[in-house]
Amino acid sequence: MKALVAVKRVIDYNVKIRVKPDHSDVDLTNVKMAMNPFCEIAVEEAVRLKEKGVATEIVAVTIGPKAAQEQLRTALALGADRAIHVETDERVESLGAAKALAKLVEQEQPGLVILGKQAIDSDNNQTGQMLAALTGLPQGTFASAVNVEGDKVQVTREVDGGLQTVELTLPAIVTTDLRLNEPRYAKLPDIMKAKKKPLSVTTPAELGISDASRVKLLKVEPPAERQGGIKVGSVDELVDKLKNEAKVL
Amino acid sequence: MIDYSAPLRDMQFILDELADLEGIAGLPGCEDASYDLVSAVLEEAGKFASGVLAPINQVGDQQGCRLEKERVLTPDGWPEAYDQFRDAGWIGLSLPPEHGGQGLPKLVSTPVWEMWFSTNMAFAMLPQLNVGQAEALMIAASEEQKGTWLEKIVSGEWAATMNLTEPQAGSDLAATRMRAEPAADGAYRLFGQKIYISYGEHELTPNIVHLVLARLPDAPPGVKGLSLFLVPKYLLDERGEPGEKNDIRCISIEHKMGIHGSPTCTLSYGDSDGALGYLVGEPHQGLATMFVMMNDARFNVGVQGVALGERAYQAALDYARERVQGRDIVTGVAGKPILIHPDVKRMLVSMRARLMAMRGLLYTAAGWFDIARLHPKAEVADKYRRYVDLLMPVAKGWCTEVGNDLCDEAIQVFGGMGFVEETGVAQLFRDARIITIYEGTTGIQANDLLGRKILREEGATLRELIADFRKTAAELEGHQRLGDLSKPLNDQATLLEETADWLLAHKADTANLFAGAVPLLHLMGIACGAWQMARMALAADARLAADDSDPSYLEGLIELARFYMATQAPQAMAHGHTLRHAGPVLTRISDRSL
Repeated sequence: MKALVAVKRVIDYNVKIRVKPDHSDVDLTNVKMAMNPFCEIAVEEAVRLKEKGVATEIVAVTIGPKAAQEQLRTALALGADRAIHVETDERVESLGAAKALAKLVEQEQPGLVILGKQAIDSDNNQTGQMLAALTGLPQGTFASAVNVEGDKVQVTREVDGGLQTVELTLPAIVTTDLRLNEPRYAKLPDIMKAKKKPLSVTTPAELGISDASRVKLLKVEPPAERQGGIKVGSVDELVDKLKNEAKVL
Repeated sequence: MIDYSAPLRDMQFILDELADLEGIAGLPGCEDASYDLVSAVLEEAGKFASGVLAPINQVGDQQGCRLEKERVLTPDGWPEAYDQFRDAGWIGLSLPPEHGGQGLPKLVSTPVWEMWFSTNMAFAMLPQLNVGQAEALMIAASEEQKGTWLEKIVSGEWAATMNLTEPQAGSDLAATRMRAEPAADGAYRLFGQKIYISYGEHELTPNIVHLVLARLPDAPPGVKGLSLFLVPKYLLDERGEPGEKNDIRCISIEHKMGIHGSPTCTLSYGDSDGALGYLVGEPHQGLATMFVMMNDARFNVGVQGVALGERAYQAALDYARERVQGRDIVTGVAGKPILIHPDVKRMLVSMRARLMAMRGLLYTAAGWFDIARLHPKAEVADKYRRYVDLLMPVAKGWCTEVGNDLCDEAIQVFGGMGFVEETGVAQLFRDARIITIYEGTTGIQANDLLGRKILREEGATLRELIADFRKTAAELEGHQRLGDLSKPLNDQATLLEETADWLLAHKADTANLFAGAVPLLHLMGIACGAWQMARMALAADARLAADDSDPSYLEGLIELARFYMATQAPQAMAHGHTLRHAGPVLTRISDRSL
């Protein structure tokens, strides 16, 4: 079974993010970029499936600028067999990404598509779900456990009420949550070998989709600075402040 | 302590602009070292260092090692970290592919080793021993010996040690007493005691391979009588697997000031029938083999200086950005982080300037190592071999001394909290203290620089280096923006020239000359640092002109160079004065007056 894994190039999670002085966007100049942590978990899951003999080939894909090929090389070093780069300099949005991936699903016919549940830059948590809708494939999101048996996959989902396990018929889409696995470190010999693995480049136009942005970013503000707290004299005073000042009751 | 953040941008800048990574990748055998691959390697090494080595650094310091009935127990996390490090193939990074390594040039392995030392020096000393031993075996071992031992050292399946020091033989190896007596089948039995053996005993691997200096019965006296022996902890059975325990005992481990995670062992060879060992290389040629390894090891210790200094700097900078204390001396406004105080900012800028200067020197020298080893043209390879030989004592002696200063100043930035172990900078300070001592003390490096590297060849290579300084200074003269850096660099070159002339003129005055050896070492380090900073400014300026996407970083480097010229470079002049004047006074002061 072929596994298609989608990865995204995002700001490294350790970076202290700064907003541009004109508030038009986050300042990305020379900021350290990395593979989205949930995407790392997706790659790891695919590699584990291959080690178990369930997946026979892992194809890593990213939609993004030329520099995003670094993330594909990382995926190849971790165990992906080949990579596809959908090159675009436009801001990548959930629907555009889902459309591109839907085309690749059509081309590659994977048994399983594994994505991170969300990207840590946009935090949208939409792409996997949109991809399922576009392809008509079943989805198991927020996976904390994945178990393939024959032509079915059981996905344990982390939901607000606890854990829910669904059974999907392959081909299916899985989005990863934090506790699914702990990603491995790439081995040096594999980093060296990754250079030789196939990496093909295409564009949204070649896939027959538009990568035009549908969302206009109006303003970016840093989170409000923490205000000092105050002490109240009684529960009544507390309730009064919550009702009339904080307006949360 | 804040998490380590590998200084990839600084490292990449120096690799590309100062050390000519592109040129090194053009050397035969280095084709893999493309920009993309090197970037991927550094990225992954940074992740591993931060994710696996850094988290156990403090634990290693707090728990240290224990000796229980001749078994050495290492700190929590050591076995797992070693397994991961070994399995990820990092030991073979720069070792030849024909023996299982990845064959990447020294220019690429140097920043990687910087990251290992920055995050966990005590741990990193273990795999470092494998690299050194592999290099010794490649030089001196027979084909049969290589077949038996080399691959497992390169892969890290077995661990390695270097056994030189004895209680009466430290800086002076001529005093070595360990003896080797011929035994059956061309092997030998060794008797004696070795001290200060890092990782001399542990249980992290199924076998430990000791390389030991000892005297054969017919050995000439002094250093020319030392032979090199391979003595395994476990003798190999018919299948080549560890079998019977050899006659080696760990009889104590040292209680040290730092690097507690590294067990520093006293090993007793031959308490019973003698430890069985195999001669590596020709009889009485042991030190020559060791010397080739020691040059490399000295360089790595210089890298430790930068590595620990970098970690200390990162911690201090982070603290200075967060800690609020005192009033702005100009405006009187309170409530700002201490970074606004001129004294604190001065310390941090000074630390960064010295870090970049040292890194510039070390990475450039790493590239020279590769050229010396691989360049097809003999005269080019030879030139850089001489440059490497000249600068090796500076790389070790100066970078370790400065590394200690940086850890010390980081504590100062932290104030009281720096003295408290919890913040972690105290550990860096303690771990750093050994680096000016082992692998040849600062004094030994200085004597090597003065005696062997300058006087013996009448300063020939030094003068070639000075000419390089002048070339850079000429590029700066008349430069639209950087003209002000020309004179300070020329002054450094003049100082070196005049110093070289003076030393050669006073060659016969041995005692006075060598009294000034350490000041000479500092002078040379500072001057080389000034040269690297000037080159850095030129490179940063060129990049600014080509693409101004990140002006603040590049402008920062240029101002850093100015800061170095204004505050560090002049100190070389003081050392120049000291080295001429200290000697005569020293001779006149009687020991009785002390």
